[in-house]
Amino acid sequence: MSATQDKARAKLAEAARLRALFEAAGARAVETTLLQPADLLLDLYGEDIRARAFTTQDPLRGEMMLRPDFTVPVVQMHMTDGANRARYCYSGQVFRRQEDDPERATEYLQAGYEVFDCGNPALSDAEVFATIAGALAPLDLRVAIGDIGILSAAIRGLRTSAPRKAALLRHLWRPRRFRALLDRFSDGSASKPRRKILDQADPFAKAGPVIGLRSRAEVEARLATLRAEADEPPISALEVELIDDLLALQAKAPVALSHLQDLAVDLPAIQPAVQGMERRLDALGDRGIDVETLDFEASYGRTSMEYYDGFVFGFFADGRPDLPPVATGGRYDALTRVLGQGRAIPAVGGVIRPDLTLRLGTEGGR
Amino acid sequence: MTLKLGVPSKGRLMEKTFEWFGNHGVGMGRAGSEREYAGAVDGVDDIDLVLLSAGEIPRELAAGRIHMGVTGSDLVREKLPMWDSVVTEMAEMGFGHADLVIAVPDHWVDVETLDDLDAVAAAFRARHGFRLRIATKYHRLIRNHLRLHGVADYQLVDSQGATEGTVRNETAEAVADITSTGETLRANHLRILSGGPVHKSQATLFMSLTAPWDEAALGAKEALKAKLDLLD
Repeated sequence: MSATQDKARAKLAEAARLRALFEAAGARAVETTLLQPADLLLDLYGEDIRARAFTTQDPLRGEMMLRPDFTVPVVQMHMTDGANRARYCYSGQVFRRQEDDPERATEYLQAGYEVFDCGNPALSDAEVFATIAGALAPLDLRVAIGDIGILSAAIRGLRTSAPRKAALLRHLWRPRRFRALLDRFSDGSASKPRRKILDQADPFAKAGPVIGLRSRAEVEARLATLRAEADEPPISALEVELIDDLLALQAKAPVALSHLQDLAVDLPAIQPAVQGMERRLDALGDRGIDVETLDFEASYGRTSMEYYDGFVFGFFADGRPDLPPVATGGRYDALTRVLGQGRAIPAVGGVIRPDLTLRLGTEGGR
Repeated sequence: MTLKLGVPSKGRLMEKTFEWFGNHGVGMGRAGSEREYAGAVDGVDDIDLVLLSAGEIPRELAAGRIHMGVTGSDLVREKLPMWDSVVTEMAEMGFGHADLVIAVPDHWVDVETLDDLDAVAAAFRARHGFRLRIATKYHRLIRNHLRLHGVADYQLVDSQGATEGTVRNETAEAVADITSTGETLRANHLRILSGGPVHKSQATLFMSLTAPWDEAALGAKEALKAKLDLLD
């Protein structure tokens, strides 16, 4: 009994200590409610969130979810208050349903630091990263960084149709789906299975009656899209190779940067994002981060972090693949646009798991 | 302790189950009146027949309150997270065949595959301002299937019956349901997506991995396995 109590108290104290560090760095401490409206989270994350968050029913407010993270409510609060520049910090529980792994915690603490700033993004990125890194300094963790903005710039720069680019961008976070789309758009097979329906004089000849909300006009519009798609030339092998090269890139940050600068000669669309990365690495260096040791992984953040759209990072305990990341974070400009109803404020943030810093600290100290 | 064997408590599923065990030399029947939920087994000693709703058998197996149970493989996969860590399949029984499928209105001539469904979901959301609704009672199976195939921008709406009518009633744009012949789907102007069913279900004899076993129950298990030709 008392051992469990001690542990729980130690975790809370660790969360409070981290939050105090963030406050000392200039952030205002904020609280958010545990129960969050489900519709907003469902709109942001899609149906998959139901497998990851606890849903409950409120008789008056409808479906609610136990806070799966702080970012969404903090962004919402910031966008409602209307301020432009702000720094926030927080600590408290988040809740995650686990359907596949009983070892993973369903409830744990997070301490976080979020910066909303219209100024130089490289400086805010570096500020958040250095603040998180500073708090974790005694633990000697492995760090991975990435940049979703470089990936999306590469896709936007492809010499292909807007619908194809939109489809690829939409599935950037689902690597399997992304790969299937890229293959389909590049080997000319995009239209083959469709030929039959597209070649028919009246595609609706054998179709049933119109039922449901999706109208005949919507079906016709998609048939037109499919026809245009069938006439679209495949994405060139050269461009696919460049994208593959980019997705596979893993190197220490300075080496990765020079590789990206080479890639930008053939993929000029990524030039601004690569320059942004260079400024970020400089800003990190100015903050005393040894960028030589940072692992850059171009695909980092593609599987789990749907709302990040620029710089992303994670801190991991080396040699402990059983543990989830100790800290994660990144830039989420687009999320502020979605939640700001027209307004957008560039934002970047990160969270630390106090239970893990505590555990690694004690294990390391033994 | 006796071996508790859960079987469906009514309808064709119960009759077929009795018949299947009967063909293997294990007599099964309801005891007492038509309305009394009690059963009896002969041919193997130390087995208690537990008559249950097929939908509750997965839960009872997972809780270890019954040692074995007959139910649809779809129900086990839908109701039990990490199902294969709490139950094991002993025998597929060859009846109660049904496919879990996703179906769309037949007039969607542009939609044949999950790829199409995904593209349509994105366009539908942009046009209507909400995510394309799929009516189902198989939430876990459908969600996992759609995630595996990278379908986004949809939502599942719960439908515990008359699911095929939801599209006409405009409470859903597509459905995901169990079908054996596809007749009801066709009658409601719905068409099954190509690419195979989400799950091919049939009545299956499951064994609980969590139930407590003593000597009598183990003896009954071996005797039953011998009758069913399931000896390793």
